[in-house]
Amino acid sequence: MWDAFVAVFSRDLLQAWRRRADWLTTFFFFIIVVSLFPLGVGPEPALLRTMAPGIVWVAALLAAMLSLPRVFGTDHADGTLEQLILTPQPLVVLVVAKVGAHWLLTGVPLALMAPVLGLQFGLDGAPVGVLFFALLLGTPCLSLIGAVGAALTLGVRGGGVLIALLVLPLYVPVLIFGAGAVEATVAGTGASGHLSLLAAGLLAALVLAPWATAAALRVALE
Amino acid sequence: MISWPAARFPETVRYNPTPSEEMNSIDLHPMLEVRKLACRRGERVLFEDVSFQVEPGELLWIEGRNGCGKTSLMRILCGLSPADAGEIRWRGETARALGEDFVREIVYLGHANALKEDLTVEENLRFGARLAGLEMAPILIESALDASGLAERRDLAVRHLSQGQRRRAALARLWLARSRPLWILDEPFAALDAESVQRLAALVSSYLEDGGLAVLTTHQEVPLPAGRMRRLRLSH
Repeated sequence: MWDAFVAVFSRDLLQAWRRRADWLTTFFFFIIVVSLFPLGVGPEPALLRTMAPGIVWVAALLAAMLSLPRVFGTDHADGTLEQLILTPQPLVVLVVAKVGAHWLLTGVPLALMAPVLGLQFGLDGAPVGVLFFALLLGTPCLSLIGAVGAALTLGVRGGGVLIALLVLPLYVPVLIFGAGAVEATVAGTGASGHLSLLAAGLLAALVLAPWATAAALRVALE
Repeated sequence: MISWPAARFPETVRYNPTPSEEMNSIDLHPMLEVRKLACRRGERVLFEDVSFQVEPGELLWIEGRNGCGKTSLMRILCGLSPADAGEIRWRGETARALGEDFVREIVYLGHANALKEDLTVEENLRFGARLAGLEMAPILIESALDASGLAERRDLAVRHLSQGQRRRAALARLWLARSRPLWILDEPFAALDAESVQRLAALVSSYLEDGGLAVLTTHQEVPLPAGRMRRLRLSH
């Protein structure tokens, strides 16, 4: 079982390395979207500081969503998904491997980049740190929940738009608590409550989402 | 000319238990039994009342025109799609009840090659084998690549291969899967050149001699052993 997990995880990373453009697109999309806001709303430092957490989180949501069709899309198109389902290992383990690789390729770079973008918005030490940790906890949720949407829309015409409609409402709690954590730090009330809720959300998603994804994948292939 | 596999396949392959050795305990039930299988697509009946049995060493060749449900039947057999009626029994138990134990005993090759364009031929073979839990000693990988005529292209990304070469790269997995008792092959000969057809036919023949079961579809006449072969025609 562990061997199959490692096989899927390392294959996805290797493939992503060979097709770096795919994942760098998502990363630069995130940077550009965040950078557009100061240009649009003007250079008022207090306004930017207030808006920063929301902007970074909304951009992270959109960037994560942009990459979702690729999670299972290519495997579905080239027949690999059939072979994944026909392995003696539980499909849910392989789903976790794929989602893990997706998070490492999209979520982690966003979390690492966010502090730099936070500084651009005038956030200082503590809020920037909280932004980083909140994204580190929140982005795996985005990958896990997003995988359910990606599996449900597999092979559906116009699946990209449908994923957005399915997944964005489910991202709302992550957005609220993620952005809320940074805002609370700026306001001086402490972010531990928000971060705890994010962590609880992550655990719940980790337990539930892979099963839902595996079930959706089986349905998609019938 | 069928010199393969005796001349080129290494003896180490015999470390694997042959399917017949694994199946010695089966005597009461047919190894693979399909009863009154039916498949519908919306209102349209693709096939119904399809029943057959396959015993060790036998090949079932499923024939029929395009769209008659051959691929659907293959997908139902390996458990990818549910049947609308009927049941599949493996060693006397329903495939549904066996679940992963049934999956562990089959190899399925579908229309799609299940190859990653950006990975090399060897990487694809290793990944496929690892995922399926097949034995992948270096010498076996070596001989599978050699047997499928891709040894020289092993380090080439699959996107640089022709359709026929891609098919061969997908089929290379079969050389590692001789210990699996049931092969379900959907159009395995499609896009292959004459030499590759011969090699694959020889592999299937030797697999049947070892006591394996194979179910396959193909539109072309291929040199498979007539004595071990049964034909099933889907006529809807």
